[in-house]
Order: sequence, then C-alpha cells, then structure tokens
Amino acid sequence: MKINIQREKLTQYEFDLEDATLLEALNEIKINQDASLVYASGCRSSVCGSCAMRVNGKEVLACAYKVQDGDLVEPLKNVPIIRDLVVDMSKAYKFNAKAKAWQSSPAKNISVTQEDEKINEVQSDCILCGACYSACPVYTVNSEFLGPFSLTRVWRYVSDKREDNTKDKIDTIQTNGVWDCTLCNECTIVCPQDISSKADIEKLRAKSAISGHMDPNFGSFGGFGGSFDGSPTF
Amino acid sequence: MRSDVVIIGAGGAGLVSAINAHESGAKVIVLTKEYPTRSQTCMAQGGINAALSNAGEDSVEAHIKNTLKAAHGLAQESAVKFLCEEAIGAVEWLDSIGVPFSRTKDSKIAQRTLGGASAARACYAQDYTGLKILHTLYDRCLSLGIEILDERYLLEFITNKSENKVSVCGVSVLNKRSGEVEIYEAPSVIVATGGYSKIFHKHTTNSSSSTGDGIASALRAGARLSDMEFIQFHPTALKNSSILISESARGAGGYLLNSIGERFTNELLPRDEVARAIYDEMQKGEDVFLDIRHLGEAFIDEELPQERKLAILYENIDPVSDLIPIKPVAHYTMGGIEVDSESMTNVMGLFAVGECANHKVHGANRLGGNSLLELIVFGRQAGNNASKYAKNVKKDENISLHVEVESEVLDKIRNCTCRVSFYEKHKLIGDIFYKNVGIKRDKKELIFALDEIYKIKDDLPLMGVDDKSKIYNNNLVEFLEFKNMLELCETVLLSAIARGESRGAHFRVDAPSENDAIFKAHSIVDESGRVSYEN
Ligand SMILES: Cc1cc2nc3c(=O)[nH]c(=O)nc-3n(C[C@H](O)[C@H](O)[C@H](O)COP(=O)(O)OP(=O)(O)OC[C@H]3O[C@@H](n4cnc5c(N)ncnc54)[C@H](O)[C@@H]3O)c2cc1C
Ligand code: SF4
Ligand code: SF4
Ligand code: FES
Repeated sequence: MKINIQREKLTQYEFDLEDATLLEALNEIKINQDASLVYASGCRSSVCGSCAMRVNGKEVLACAYKVQDGDLVEPLKNVPIIRDLVVDMSKAYKFNAKAKAWQSSPAKNISVTQEDEKINEVQSDCILCGACYSACPVYTVNSEFLGPFSLTRVWRYVSDKREDNTKDKIDTIQTNGVWDCTLCNECTIVCPQDISSKADIEKLRAKSAISGHMDPNFGSFGGFGGSFDGSPTF
Repeated sequence: MRSDVVIIGAGGAGLVSAINAHESGAKVIVLTKEYPTRSQTCMAQGGINAALSNAGEDSVEAHIKNTLKAAHGLAQESAVKFLCEEAIGAVEWLDSIGVPFSRTKDSKIAQRTLGGASAARACYAQDYTGLKILHTLYDRCLSLGIEILDERYLLEFITNKSENKVSVCGVSVLNKRSGEVEIYEAPSVIVATGGYSKIFHKHTTNSSSSTGDGIASALRAGARLSDMEFIQFHPTALKNSSILISESARGAGGYLLNSIGERFTNELLPRDEVARAIYDEMQKGEDVFLDIRHLGEAFIDEELPQERKLAILYENIDPVSDLIPIKPVAHYTMGGIEVDSESMTNVMGLFAVGECANHKVHGANRLGGNSLLELIVFGRQAGNNASKYAKNVKKDENISLHVEVESEVLDKIRNCTCRVSFYEKHKLIGDIFYKNVGIKRDKKELIFALDEIYKIKDDLPLMGVDDKSKIYNNNLVEFLEFKNMLELCETVLLSAIARGESRGAHFRVDAPSENDAIFKAHSIVDESGRVSYEN
C-alpha cells in the first residue's frame, strides 16, 4: 500500500500492512523506513487527542482511522506547523483560558441529579484533539475566534448547576465568540467524540440573548436577519 | 527561569500537586513532555475509589482491609489508612470543581464494583473517568493561572551536595520544539511522570509516554527506588492491540470464557489472581474471551460506551453480539521512587507522586480505582509540602551552566552514527519481558533476561538517532526514553531475581509461596544495583 504524507515536500511511502490504523502505518514507516518522520501520539485508543491530522482533506484521529491505499495525509489546519504532522496547539488551547472555560469557584453542597449530569455529558467527552478547530472556516477571516472546542467547553460549564457565575461566562464569549460562528457545522462532522460545537454555540447564543446580549451582525446585516451564511441565528 | 516549585508531569498527579502548591502560596511551573490533557491519566476508565456507601453499604475500614489484603503484606498500614480516610474528601473535592461523575437516581455519585473490593466503591463518569477528571483539573489550573509549559522533556534533576546531604535545586529539560536545553531553578521539585509499563513495548495497556523517565532520572540524582519487581498485569486487554477493556465490564457481571465457552475463574478476584487464571488457560492452548453480551445493548451503551467503541474499532467485533478476545498485559507499575510519609524522596526537596512514586499503598498488587485516588490524595500532600519546603530554603544557586553540559550530551547523541536500531531493541526487550518477566517468572528465565539487557546495554554506543534535526526531533526523544527504560529494566530484573518467593503480582514458579521470614519487606535498589530489604 502507498500513502502520501505532506512533509516539507509531499513524500510517498510504501508498506505492507493489513487492516491497520494510520497510526500503525506511521509507526511502521518511522521505525523501518524513515526515523525522521514526526507526528504525535499517545494512547492509541482515541482518548488522548494527540494524533489528530487530516486524511484526504478531512480531520481524523490517526489511531482510529483505517489506512487506505493512496491516502493523502496532512497536518491540521489553522495552527502553525512545527514539523511534518506536528502542529503547535498552544495558541488554540489558550482560547480555553480566554473563554474562561472552567467552573468559576468550587461548589458547595449542590445536588446534581442524573438528568443534570446528562445535560453536558457529551460536551465533557471532548478530548481536545483540535479536529474541529482545524475544520472551522472562520479562522481564515478571524484568527481570534474563540472557536468550537472552547465554546463547547464553556457550554459544559455554563449548563452545569455547580457554576455560580454564568453571567460572567456569557459576557466573556460575546467578542470573537458565539456570534462569529457561521453555523456551517464543519466542526460537528469531524468530531471523533460526536460533539456538535455548532449546537452548543446555538445554545450559548440563546442564553446570550436571554441575558440581554444582541447579535452584533444583526445591525450590519440587518436586511438579512441572520449571520454570514444567511442561516437564522435564533 | 526560577520558581518555588517545579512540577514535572501534567497527569492527574502533576496537576493536583500544582493546584495545591499554588493554593498554598507557591509560584509554580509545570513542565510536561506532552500537553497536559494528553497524559495517560485520560485513559483511566473504571473509576476512583472512596467508601461513600452510595450504592450499598461500605466503610473506610473495608476499603483499608481490601487494600491491605491485595497488597499481600507489603503496604504500610498508616499510608493505606491515610489514603482511604482521605478518599471521601478527595472525591467530594473533585465533585466540587466540576467533575461530571455519573449519578444515582437519588442524585448521589454513582459507584460500581471493581475487582478485590467488598463493595461498590469506584466512583465513575461512564467509562471516561480519567478523561473527565484530568480535563477538569486542567481547567482548574487554567482558572488559577498556573503556568504549564508543554513539550518540555525532562533530562536531569540538578542537585548539590553539602554536608553529606543531597538536595535538588532545579531541572534541565529539552524544549522539543526548539531543540534547546532549558534550565528551571527551584528549591522544590515534584516528580509526577507516571509509570514504566512501556518497557513491555506492545504488551501493555499504557500510553507510549509511560517510559519511566522521572524514575530513571531520580535514580541518577541519588533517589532510591523500591518494589520495582511488582508489575501488575491487567487481565482483560484486547488480544491484538493490548488496548484495555475496563474491569468495570467484569464488575458489571461480565464473564471470562475459554474456547469451549466455560467459565474458569471468579471474575471479581484481584487482578493478579485473575491474570494467572487466564495465563494458565492460555498455556493450555485455550483462547480467552470476555463475554458481556448478556448485559444488553442499552446497558453497554450507557455504562461502557468507550469499551464498545474500542472493541469494534480495534478488534472488529461488537461486544453486544460477540465475544471479546482478550489477553493479560502489563498495566500498572507498583514500584517507583521511594518517598516518606511527607511525599519527599531521600533527596532533599525532591518530592514524588502518582504512578512514578511508591507511597507503599499498593504493595504487591494494586486494586482497581486506587490509583486515581492516590493521585488526588498524595498530589495534595506533595503540593502542600513542596510549597512549605520551598519557603524554608533561602539559597540562590546559579545552575545555568548545566545548559552547556546537557547540550553537549545531546549533540554527541545527534552526531553518533546509528548502527543498531534502538526501536528493534525495545521490541526485543518487550517480547523478552512479556515472556520472562511477566505473569509467571522463573529464576533461570529472569537471569537470562538480565543477560540480554546487559548485552543491549553493551550495544548502546552503536545506537543513535538517524534524525539530525534540532526541531521536534522525536527520534532523539525516543532514544532518551529508551535509555531510561533500559536503566529501569535492570532495576526490575535485579529486584525480581532477588525476591525468591511469590507475592501478589510477582509470581515465581521456582518459589511458589510467600516467604514472610525473609521477604515481607520492601525491596530497595540503588544506582549501583544493590538490592536490600526494608520495612
Ligand atoms: C488504560 C488504563 C486504564 C486505567 N484505569 C484506571 C482506573 O479506572 N482507575 C484507576 O485508579 N487507575 C486506572 N489506571 C491507572 C491510572 O490511570 C494511572 O496510574 C495514573 O493515571 C497515573 O497518573 P500520573 O499522573 O502518575 O501519570 P500520567 O498520567 O502517566 O502522567 C505523566 C505525566 O508526566 C509527563 N512526563 C513523563 N515523562 C516526562 C519527561 N521526561 N519530561 C516531562 N514530562 C514527562 C507526561 O507527559 C505526563 O504529563 C488506568 C491506566 C490505564 C493505562
Ligand atoms: S469538540 Fe470534538 S473535535 Fe473538537 S477538540 Fe473536542 S473532541 Fe476534538
Ligand atoms: S459551526 Fe461554527 S464553530 Fe463549527 S466549524 Fe462552523 S463556524 Fe466553526
Ligand atoms: S493516540 Fe491518543 S487519540 Fe490517537
């Protein structure tokens, strides 16, 4: 089987593996053919988020994707490439801090029910792989967009009874946040954990509106009554 | 760069230490060779133990008793007592900072039974317990503004000696992105770098980062290692990929079957016993399977969603309708850096916590759910004590000259021609260890394995890296990891050969019973390779 890997130059590798994951293929190439190939990995079981990359233009986890003849493997988008398939996630991760994606203070004696826990169960499955961040088209126009995973994380905490200052959380995500999303759904399609950041952003928009915030696009795009792609925002 | 406390490792242990050191007023820097959320802690599925009695009757005493029993006389009672007593507060704290634990119908934290426990004691978040704890801890660190530097690989602990005392004064690390050596000065350093099961190469459930770096570096810095021979095999890893199927599958009523569909052991015994029962079946030529079909699709999707996903992806079978092919593989390393009751090693100012440390709570066999607990309980202790210690040290040390020393070492490795592949050697070690230093051991085979390790050590000058780049040279990092593992292999074997008895996870066919008269004691191994026993 042959695959092409986007390194400094597009490079083709050939190997003999059956029913293998892309991560196994990369390991095989590195160990037996070219020790200078670099990529990140850890758990090899789709839970640490290290090995996100793009195959044929779509974000996948290398350890969860079964490699196919002719695949084109590239690093994630919207992040600086350090080398080969390794990208620098530090700026992307910093959006979690900018979005204050955490519980403001330790909770005291708050009873969480089975139903409460289900509300954000999916959101707390996020493995911070960055696939959604790579797939999001907004970054080509706004590099400061808080982005899908950090907004999903804000929803996780905002929707949790244990959070005692949701106002501050909602206020924080007004700039470069919920209104900058085009609701294109690209993030949802690539998420290996079946999280829909788009849906979370919509929920955050609704919550923002209830808290008295307005869609800033509403003024400039007044006639269309929606965001960039024309989809309704409420 | 200078701070009060430097923490190496950003798994559960590192992050809990960081939060506590920060909260007790220290300036903290956390360094990790990955990103914090990628640490192995995210892989834990089963749960974290605390006698909350939320799903039936339980007590701290029962937790202590179960832990001591599994430890086979090798745990320190006071440490176990501390661990189990603190457990309830530890889980409450996790709950208070937002860990989304699964709940019971009456809004309590849900609990399930893991092997060796007399009650449903493990608190869980579906089967993503470790993931959700680690990410919540990470978020908490962000909220406190704790400085975490990613992709810094620990090279050495820097120490100084005065009046016969060795104390730590900083660390040297390789910045993986720039390829430069950096020095971080601090009077207190906490090692939280995880275990060493990766010496088993592909025969382990662990993340590829579990290479025991912190333990090997601590040994070189003068710390003592203890109980290195005790390596736990998890009974149920997927047969082809060694990926873990959590014990909670058995806890929920899963069966172990052989090729003819017979159950052959009590599935809820401690791990060492179940692993040996499976091993015996496999020696007879049987294949072994985990059967959870009778639990039903709804239950599996609710309580074990990750397990189903993993079995489909990595074994091409759906546990809702198929048997899961399994085998036991290396899972947890009970041994590590010896610490006292304050989490400090015998090197002043050097603390250790988590899987890399030996707090003497697991003894010869760890109970499922006690490791995540250890991270929280002792992480808190290590963080507070490191902070306190730092306040009492007034010395300013200039250790920046170590940049040059370490850079030279790395340049030398980069310039060496690679004639023998260390990747091949690691694979060889993994196979030898699985066969000879695994579930059942024999003195002759252990000695054979040690000889092989010495041969590989002799070949080290012929090994090197093909990648000469400075930027993100994983080839170089993996070689450094390999060297650390090689050092630890030797300590494991020396300890396993010396312990001429069977106890917990260490089973010697040539000495199948426990010998309390000589061996009811912790093994200690120092850098010269001397093994001694202490209580
Ligand atoms: C698949 C699996 C399932 C498990 N399930 C459970 C369970 O259900 N319950 C339970 O109690 N336990 C469980 N365990 C065990 C438990 O998860 C681990 O023992 C625990 O997470 C170890 O945490 P730690 O913080 O000590 O180390 P880790 O989480 O391994 O973190 C180590 C950190 O050190 C860093 N590091 C390592 N070397 C260096 C270096 N040279 N330089 C810089 N940084 C370095 C790493 O990058 C990482 O950040 C499980 C383990 C596995 C593998
Ligand atoms: S939301 Fe999904 S795609 Fe985005 S980082 Fe989390 S797990 Fe990855
Ligand atoms: S839905 Fe929003 S966040 Fe998701 S990819 Fe599209 S623009 Fe980005
Ligand atoms: S290696 Fe962890 S997600 Fe792929």
